[in-house]
Amino acid sequence: MATAQTQTAARFMMAPAVLLLLAWMIIPLSMTLYFSFQRYNLLMPGMEYFTGFDNYRYFFANPNFWAALTNTLVLVGGVLAITLIGGTLLALLLDQPMFGQGIVRLLVIAPFFVMPTVSALVWKNMLMHPVNGFFAWLARVFGFQPIDWFAQFPMFSIIMIVAWQWLPFATLILLTALQSLDEEQREAAGMDGAGPLSLFFYIILPHIARALTVVMLIQTIFLLSIFAEILVTTNGGPGVATTNLTFLIYMQSLLQFDVGLASAGGIVAVILANIVAIFLLRIVGKNLEA
Amino acid sequence: MGSITLKNVKKSFGGVTVIPDISLDIEDGQFVVFVGPSGCGKSTLLRLIAGLEDVSDGMIAIDGEDMTKTAPAQRKLSMVFQSYALYPHMSVRGNIAFPLKMEKAPKEKIDAAVNNAASILNLTDYLDRKPRQLSGGQRQRVAIGRAIVRQPKAFLFDEPLSNLDAALRVAMRLEISELHNKLKTTMVYVTHDQVEAMTMADKIVVLNAGRIEQYGSPLELYQRPANKFVAGFIGSPKMNFVEGAEAQKHGAHSIGVRPEHLTVSRGPGTWSGVVKVSEHLGSDTFLHVDVEGAGTMTTRTSGDVAFKHGETVGLTPVEGRVYRFDAQGMAV
Ligand SMILES: Nc1ncnc2c1ncn2[C@@H]1O[C@H](COP(=O)(O)OP(=O)(O)O)[C@@H](O)[C@H]1O
Ligand SMILES: [Mg+2]
Repeated sequence: MATAQTQTAARFMMAPAVLLLLAWMIIPLSMTLYFSFQRYNLLMPGMEYFTGFDNYRYFFANPNFWAALTNTLVLVGGVLAITLIGGTLLALLLDQPMFGQGIVRLLVIAPFFVMPTVSALVWKNMLMHPVNGFFAWLARVFGFQPIDWFAQFPMFSIIMIVAWQWLPFATLILLTALQSLDEEQREAAGMDGAGPLSLFFYIILPHIARALTVVMLIQTIFLLSIFAEILVTTNGGPGVATTNLTFLIYMQSLLQFDVGLASAGGIVAVILANIVAIFLLRIVGKNLEA
Repeated sequence: MGSITLKNVKKSFGGVTVIPDISLDIEDGQFVVFVGPSGCGKSTLLRLIAGLEDVSDGMIAIDGEDMTKTAPAQRKLSMVFQSYALYPHMSVRGNIAFPLKMEKAPKEKIDAAVNNAASILNLTDYLDRKPRQLSGGQRQRVAIGRAIVRQPKAFLFDEPLSNLDAALRVAMRLEISELHNKLKTTMVYVTHDQVEAMTMADKIVVLNAGRIEQYGSPLELYQRPANKFVAGFIGSPKMNFVEGAEAQKHGAHSIGVRPEHLTVSRGPGTWSGVVKVSEHLGSDTFLHVDVEGAGTMTTRTSGDVAFKHGETVGLTPVEGRVYRFDAQGMAV
């Protein structure tokens, strides 16, 4: 499909989809951009006016901005680390022939189908609750002081919840990658004297590198905008310990009714997401080349 | 050193017996070819020797040492797979060096071994390429290079040439034979192609349905096939078989005559028939002749003999070149 003719035809046929997609993205984006330069507070309707970069200045001047930025990166990084490593290990485990393989696989995938709010509530009330939670009960059984997870380790708790949700996704993609490894390559490596560790680092890891990259990119896009899990558990607290950018924007727009300021925050978040994406593509992008 | 001994080796997958009972002695330094029709258990037998499959019963010894339960890597054998099984993300150098790297050999030794293997196999210019940037023949050579750097006791080849085109196959056949002459290491080579077997082997093992039909040198197999299966499998074009009254005349259940041992004449011969097809190869001409009461017989004559479709010819077997078989198909 590389002749000039097929390329022209392909462009024509793709044009409607591209235009639709463009409108879909451009209209909300430009509206946000427009609002971000307006003084626009819902408590004072009809009094909008152009303020230049004031909204951006206020947004960056917010003492919580840098905390939120750091929290966002910590959250994304923590979840990525857990899901990529845990996902690889789980995929290796599930790739072994074992009894009841189908059911075990289904169980492993199950968390992905639970809504974020629901899973966060389950974790909050049934697992991590300092009085009624399973972990607290476990601690008491062994004679320890139960931990109040959301008060003592708020960010860690959020990371655990989100990682639990995303682990199945990583596992599933990595498992399919593992299964596409040529059996003769494993055997050849075995005959060449590679033990389990060498086999993993020299043969398996390079083979699944591309899948790892894809998992990482897709997850990053979603993890940058984590919201529901924070809303139903810590509400961004204690203090701003679990406030990420999304949550900061939410607090400013909906709690202070300041649409202009929130739009400015939204634009900042978009720029940040792009920086992270470019950065990631740079490091891992070479894996995606054929 | 690398003699391989199989004693009463049996292999079944689940309930299916693939190898009922095989005993075999492969002497050090020999080039032994396992040949047989597809699905007869050649690969399975090779994988048993390699240790990639466990035997169901029996014993495998290498250099007199029992290796039946030993892991593949400790058997000191190298295998060249049909799919080459190169490591796609490593360069040619990385692929060839891999077995030595796993042995934790010093860097100078690895470099020397890789360069040596590359020069033997004409790969020196390609050391920094990835496998996907190589042609089929070059990939094949990389796989062989990876096998030779370990200086194994024996090489195992599983249909290594079946993915190559005809011309390359002939060239690689020669290269592997030369390699064997140079290294003098035991080689066990699996193929379904009797031409490969005849041209390369010191000794051939003819397998059929997991059993050894005959074990011997190429000429032995050609001149004194133990049974009808071997007689029909070795030689190209295939031996002609005749049953019934004609065979009774020779005191056998059936007789076989190779195409090259049938003389064609314009007048009457022992048998006479009508030429159906004549295939001109230049050097030879194959005539497919319809013989009344004996079916189609193939003859091989020199290239300048011109018989045409529809001509009636006489066929006479060369004296002393008629193979006789009993009702069980065994040679008598
Ligand atoms: N892992 C396996 N499980 C079950 N059956 C197998 C397995 N490997 C080979 N077989 C069977 O064993 C027989 C011989 O196979 P193979 O040794 O690959 O034949 P060849 O290499 O001579 O063509 C075939 O009938 C095949 O279906
Ligand atoms: Mg085979």
